[in-house]
Amino acid sequence: MGTKQLVSTTINGEPRQFICEARQSLLEVLRDEVGLTGCKEGCNNGNCGACSVLLDGQPVNSCLVFGLEVDGKEITTIEGIAQGGEFHALQQCFLEGAALQCGICTPGFIVTAKALLDENPGASEEEIRFQLAGNLCRCTGYDKIIRAVMKAGEQMAETAAS
Amino acid sequence: MKDFEYSAPDDLQTATALLAEHGERARVLAGGTDIIVQLREGLCSADFVVDVKNIPELMALDYRAKQGLTLGASTSCSQLYEHPDLATAYPALIDAARIIGGWQIQTRASVGGNLCNSSPAADTIPPLLVHEATCLIQGQAGSREIPASEFCTGPGQNVLQPGELLVTLQLPEPAANSSSAYERFIPRNEMDIAVAGAASWIQLDASGQTIEEARIALAAVAATPVMATEAAESLRGKPATAESFAEAGELAKNAASPISDMRGTAEYRVHLCSVLTQRTLARALARIQEAGS
Amino acid sequence: MTQEIKQEYRVLGTRPIRHDGADKVTGKAIYTADVKPQSMASGFILRNPHAHARIKSIDTSAAEAMEGVLSVMTAADLPDVTDKVADLGEGTVNLSYLSHNILARDKALYRGHAVAAVAAINVHIAEEAANAIKVEYEPLESVTWVMDAMKDDAPLLHDDVFTKSGGEQSEQPSNVSVHLNFQQGDVQKGFEEADVVVEREFKMATVHQGYIEPHAVLADWNQDGRIKVWASTQGAFTCRQQTAEVLQVPLSHVTVVPCEIGGGFGGKIAIYLEPVAAVLSRKAGRPVQIVMRRNDVFEATGPTPGAFIRVKLGATKDGKLTAGEAWLAYESGAYPGGMLGPGCMCVFSCYDIPNALVDGYEVCLNKPHIKAYRAPGATQAAFACESVIDELANELGISILELQQKNAAKEGTRRVDGPVYPRVGFVECLEAAASSDHWNTPLEGENRGRGLASGFWFGCGLKSSVVASVNSDGTVNLTEGSTDIGGTRTSIAMQMAEVLGLESDDINPRVVDTDNIGYTDVTGGSRTTFATGMAAYEAGRDLQRQMTVRAADLWECKPEDIQITAGVFSANGNQANFKELATELFKAGEPLVGRATVAPECSTNGFGTHIVDVEVDTDTGKVTILRYTVIQDAGKAVHPSYVEGQLQGGAVQGIGWALNEEYFFDGCGEMRNASFLDYRMPTAYDLPMIDTIIVEAANPDHPYGVRGVGETPIVPPPAAIANAIHSAIGVRMEELPMSPPRLWKAIQQNQNGG
Repeated sequence: MGTKQLVSTTINGEPRQFICEARQSLLEVLRDEVGLTGCKEGCNNGNCGACSVLLDGQPVNSCLVFGLEVDGKEITTIEGIAQGGEFHALQQCFLEGAALQCGICTPGFIVTAKALLDENPGASEEEIRFQLAGNLCRCTGYDKIIRAVMKAGEQMAETAAS
Repeated sequence: MKDFEYSAPDDLQTATALLAEHGERARVLAGGTDIIVQLREGLCSADFVVDVKNIPELMALDYRAKQGLTLGASTSCSQLYEHPDLATAYPALIDAARIIGGWQIQTRASVGGNLCNSSPAADTIPPLLVHEATCLIQGQAGSREIPASEFCTGPGQNVLQPGELLVTLQLPEPAANSSSAYERFIPRNEMDIAVAGAASWIQLDASGQTIEEARIALAAVAATPVMATEAAESLRGKPATAESFAEAGELAKNAASPISDMRGTAEYRVHLCSVLTQRTLARALARIQEAGS
Repeated sequence: MTQEIKQEYRVLGTRPIRHDGADKVTGKAIYTADVKPQSMASGFILRNPHAHARIKSIDTSAAEAMEGVLSVMTAADLPDVTDKVADLGEGTVNLSYLSHNILARDKALYRGHAVAAVAAINVHIAEEAANAIKVEYEPLESVTWVMDAMKDDAPLLHDDVFTKSGGEQSEQPSNVSVHLNFQQGDVQKGFEEADVVVEREFKMATVHQGYIEPHAVLADWNQDGRIKVWASTQGAFTCRQQTAEVLQVPLSHVTVVPCEIGGGFGGKIAIYLEPVAAVLSRKAGRPVQIVMRRNDVFEATGPTPGAFIRVKLGATKDGKLTAGEAWLAYESGAYPGGMLGPGCMCVFSCYDIPNALVDGYEVCLNKPHIKAYRAPGATQAAFACESVIDELANELGISILELQQKNAAKEGTRRVDGPVYPRVGFVECLEAAASSDHWNTPLEGENRGRGLASGFWFGCGLKSSVVASVNSDGTVNLTEGSTDIGGTRTSIAMQMAEVLGLESDDINPRVVDTDNIGYTDVTGGSRTTFATGMAAYEAGRDLQRQMTVRAADLWECKPEDIQITAGVFSANGNQANFKELATELFKAGEPLVGRATVAPECSTNGFGTHIVDVEVDTDTGKVTILRYTVIQDAGKAVHPSYVEGQLQGGAVQGIGWALNEEYFFDGCGEMRNASFLDYRMPTAYDLPMIDTIIVEAANPDHPYGVRGVGETPIVPPPAAIANAIHSAIGVRMEELPMSPPRLWKAIQQNQNGG
């Protein structure tokens, strides 16, 4: 049957290599082979976004990508969002705004929201809700999450302007 | 998941050779958002998975006035809607690409893959139909072209033979004074499979008052996506008004033969055909008027 | 216990960043599936595909022979616990039900019922091996609707379940396991006194808690017989007890480590995986991890009951309720023991109704065993009662708010099941609703309407233990056993900080395993901030008592001379705050360790009122939530942001329940929508912001007046939305969910005069 193959990627800015079977998803590989357990399995079929990571800057459900597909690509996970000793604006706003309760959906939300705000820090409430529709949360009712993303966007826009 | 051998050829010939060699035991991997779920849940089986995202022809996204759109079968929905010109040229297709799954699905899922998955509820197929898309299919023996309207043959079934690969979709340049729209009905606002969907395309005459030509296609209300030909033909020569649209909506119901399932009853789906047909006709009209002003 | 309720607090009511926040926004927080020792094996469970079936044989040989497989098990590997009962903290439980639910013995009672399990070197091989196990089933007739299951000719699930009613039991076995009856006054007379009577029947589908983290467990059965279990659980102690009982090993041989948990809502109290992973581990000689697949979570854990409810209410023309009658049939799933009791107790709990009669039936049928979902049983009851209240108000020509205000339960009101309310805050909630911006903003537009509904949940006390170890710098390590699902380690720490005169950051709260803290009941029942917070307060008091005695030495005075004001100790011209005194005492002698245990027996009695504006698309039956306000009495909001979060989260779960969530069964009794694709929970794009108004009618049974808040928010939404739909388009919905096809059909029937 299938053999294991070597994959070379950049994860959170660092070159990383791993070997995996063809059937292992990127989610499995990140969690089991690379040791980055921040992305979570919620449904394993692309309907909850808890496994979201950035692949070449774009949010994907890592449960719907095979490990072998990311050779030569750049991956960003929740572990790579904070820079050095500083939280990203999103992380700080989530904390200050109490935008998490159980926290299981939080990595997926932050990673996806970062991709959104990087492109469009002034995104409106409706745009944010639409772009984050693929991330399910069962605890918060989304209110504080959306507010935190909007606040982070404002801060990012200000930083960019200054 | 059952294990398989993975390959990612970077040219068409190698890909088709692999598919021909392994026949039913091989599956094509584009965005993966359907096939990976199916493999994982045992709904389909593969000993060989051929990743086609490195083949340049399948990743094409080429739009030129007078030539129309050449869309590679694996080009992602997000690449499609990020293109600056396509929302004006093929609005129905962009409407659909924007609402498949969530953002995380759109960065991977492709229109070609949506077509090849051949679900009757696929969102991008009705837009392909009303824009008269053509499919370029490549096999070991050579290539062939068929209209998108002939591609799907049943739920999950299409005309691709073992060893064949969908390479590109060709959409002709849109006519003047025309526009389109796609809308589906879902119980939530995102993330659902269409209970019913409709794409409408209309072309107005120079005065902008009368419909010269129309095409309507429906999703999730038959064994395949279907064209509501009677409804579309009834619009020819009619004034572009809500009344005409209402009549067309009624006729569109005749094209539907839906089932009742957990997503909706047959009666409800038939009713939605009319509602969505009218709404998309109205939206297409509004787009023409906005472009004109 | 000292009562401290005062107006001004230093820490309570502020919004510090939660102590576990950094880990949770950086991916460092460790949930159960993140625990992966090198030697770990992966487990996979084979499940029955039929709605109801006899298991004739199980042949595991093909699985055992497969390369990479380490161990295989069936129910035969679990001890026989027939006729054993256990006290799991909430009354006695029939252990064989628990054990058989974990792995079926002779009969599989629902699709998804576990029948065998495999541990292998990876989860893919475990899955392949499990699918190679040959099980011979004899499918049986099944029943999946509660009213059908009550019929005499319904397929019988158990031949040893009889209807228990008022201390007696039926002669013949039955799917109906319990009949409850509550009465007060004379209903017949009460209805005669009424000028207006409304009676309606309601149906509700089965619904799931929908936590995003599937059940997960890692079990390590050591060669010395000690079993360590890492679990996604709302209660490490109940998990330990259930596991030990099912495995029939001594309690002390099992340690349960509660990892960070991705939601529970009542669904992660009963165990499903722990004994399976443990036995697989024993047989394999390695730790075994099992993570449930999402469809298994739907099909084989503990959804909350579908039901049929009939409610009749009568009132005088002045709007005074005179009588209420409710008939409830609740499913309990494959085994007896469900949520009927709370449903019966809550159905009229918001009102002072002098004459009331409640009859309830609990019914077994071929669905997974029902479990709690946030105020279990109350949402269903409120959907029925609050809809009838709305209709009654319409007939009386007054607003529903006015009708509720005229009859609101308050201190002294007797609930139909007996208890008399102490000081409660329902009247205050209604006043807050009446003066709210939402209620006073006119709603304009076609097909738009406003609805209001109220709800109640008991909120319990139960047992908690904490230990507070003072560090040499005067900060405090607070060890507790309450799994933190929504920020409670901080709300608990804040209460200790308040009493000691410290800041939230001076307390270092840790949730620890069953070896490291005294017994603590589940995080559920809206009890954690209330009871474990009370324990933290008491532990703070314990520290103060110890420090007083030792300060008396230092300051050469008597302990009773020492005053403590806002945490500052003073006597004899000396003064020291907590940190100053603690650091001095650390240098002077023994370390300071405080402790407290509590077991309050009261209810915290949380009332709430919701207001919602909707717009109905009459062409499609789709409902859009335009505006939503949650008003609730929190007693004292320790951390307002997290109280708001409970209100918002519970309301949104209720919105999903109202509009789209249901278990869809086909003609064979099999669930067809066991995924997040077709089990439709609200997304961010389906909702507006959820406004909240926190009422604070202090709870006399807590030093700071805290009431439990977690559950009440899920009770009113379906009724509030039904009332709003009626206001918008004049259609009264009597079935949940009020999904577009149903609402559209109802609109059609309404238009046709049906």
